[in-house]
Amino acid sequence: MTARTALSAAATPPWRLARSAWPWRSLAYLLAGMIPAMLPLGLLAGIELLDPGIPALILLLLAGLLVVVAAGPLIAWFDRRRLRLVDRRPLPQRPPLRLREPGTWREIGYAVLSACVAWWLDLGVVMLSLFPPLLLMSAPLQPTGPGAELPAVPWLTALLCAAGFVLLPLAAYPITAWAGARAAVARAVLAPADTDLVEVLRSRERLVDGFDSERRRIERDLHDGAQQRLVALSVTLGLARLQVADEHAAAPLLDDARQQTALALAELRELIRGVHPQILSDRGLAAAIRDVAGRSPVPVELDLRLDGRLPSPVEVTAYFAVNEALANLARHSGAARGRVAAWTQDRRLLLEVSDDGAGGADPARGTGLTGLADRAATVGGRLLLASPAGGPTLLRVELPCER
Amino acid sequence: MRTLRVVLAEDSVLLREGLTSLLRHFGHEVVAAVGDADALRERVTALDPDVVVTDVRMPPGFSDEGLRAALELRAARPRLPILVLSQYVEQTYAAELIDAGRAAGTGYLLKDRVGEVGEFVDALGRVADGHTVIDPEVVRQLLDRRRDPLHRLTPREREVLGLVAEGRSNAAIARRLVVTEAAVAKHIAGILTKLDLPPDADDHRRVLAVLTYLRA
Repeated sequence: MTARTALSAAATPPWRLARSAWPWRSLAYLLAGMIPAMLPLGLLAGIELLDPGIPALILLLLAGLLVVVAAGPLIAWFDRRRLRLVDRRPLPQRPPLRLREPGTWREIGYAVLSACVAWWLDLGVVMLSLFPPLLLMSAPLQPTGPGAELPAVPWLTALLCAAGFVLLPLAAYPITAWAGARAAVARAVLAPADTDLVEVLRSRERLVDGFDSERRRIERDLHDGAQQRLVALSVTLGLARLQVADEHAAAPLLDDARQQTALALAELRELIRGVHPQILSDRGLAAAIRDVAGRSPVPVELDLRLDGRLPSPVEVTAYFAVNEALANLARHSGAARGRVAAWTQDRRLLLEVSDDGAGGADPARGTGLTGLADRAATVGGRLLLASPAGGPTLLRVELPCER
Repeated sequence: MRTLRVVLAEDSVLLREGLTSLLRHFGHEVVAAVGDADALRERVTALDPDVVVTDVRMPPGFSDEGLRAALELRAARPRLPILVLSQYVEQTYAAELIDAGRAAGTGYLLKDRVGEVGEFVDALGRVADGHTVIDPEVVRQLLDRRRDPLHRLTPREREVLGLVAEGRSNAAIARRLVVTEAAVAKHIAGILTKLDLPPDADDHRRVLAVLTYLRA
């Protein structure tokens, strides 16, 4: 049984469907709907027995409706259990039972509809599907002869009965399909797809946030630790060198040590900048972009219309996007000049990096651009690239940002 | 070289000690060595030093407190020379410092430079004397970025321009490049002409003119 829901099982060929458990599960699912229906039915019957006057009837009906609403969470619980018969995919947690929780009211609404109305339809579908084959199968039991509808012809009776047996498996289709459709509706109400997606997006966002703060911590540790020690070391070496005459055998060794310290410092500085740029935390995106552009070997024109600070994940994502784009521009594009524009519009940060180079940038070729696209996606943004062979290249990043 | 009364602000104890002994070695007096921006402000007010040396990043926020303190001090005491040490080259910081006031010496150096102890103390002296000293790395980046107006310069002229931006006098540049002072003067005249800047005898204003032009 590979299908995971009744709806997908309904698409399998008859011989497979008839042998699977899906039609039985579907039938059970639909008939189980009668159980919560007992409540409104019982209430209606009770009211009927009391035989009230019109005003009392209206009051009693309203009271009955309230009882059903109050039983909503219970019915919804039952419907969730029932759903497992025809939909094996796990449902998300129930929303907490609170008056101000929209999920609770959605459940109650669904439960009331399910107990008062939907079961009629379920029952109708089951009856309509089973009635023709069962009627045919009952041919030998039907009265025959003159006056009856069925002539007393044994082979006809046998034929009709046989047709009933052949048709019965086909009834599995409407029942399974209907149960599947009802389950899809139930799932859509009880577990709206977008809450799943929002939850996934949020968890990815949290992950990226976690990475960012971790990077910031590493940057701080390197800055306060290794970097300061190296600078102090270079001072000590410098002072030591002053104590040693140029002709002394230790002089070239000390010079060598100083040079190596300087190199280590330079490398460490580049490393730290790659981990997290200090200026981004200090002065925000515009200053950090100016800084990256200033470092670019290709002249970059800037058009930055950003005032104030943006949310940190947006700033970091945008910064690394510009960084990567300008690195690609310098490395691959052969451009003579580039341009970076950034502005906010309709609660979005828009970022464009363009150049007059040869074009043909392919996101599939390197991990840089796809990594950026992934990053942009985690904050709900996107990355667009237009780079026809022959150029020019335009990279556009859109990131939502609530200000 | 005259003895300078220095207030030093650096949050790393190790480096603070190192810089203190370095400055003492060269005959300067470290009148206060502090570890955060508030103490820096307080000590400068109390001691009225000849020059301030401060790190950019300091407690409590480990952001750019040192630089902000330097800018405040500059606003309160326009004639106080300030040398800012930075772990990174940030043109924004350099520009902010220079824009903050031009009446007194201003320095912006990468921390790595303190390892070149002689040159570092030399740069400190120039700042104390009212010159502007900008880290060669800043200059290099500016030159790289603004290639267009500068592509007319010869490599030698660029080299000279870099040394000018570091606040060196013609004599110092001549020594460095092993050429005559007259040759340096000729290069500088050439640079200023090519950059459409009027010639000026004052080193300090010349640096600022170059930097202002490059930042534009």
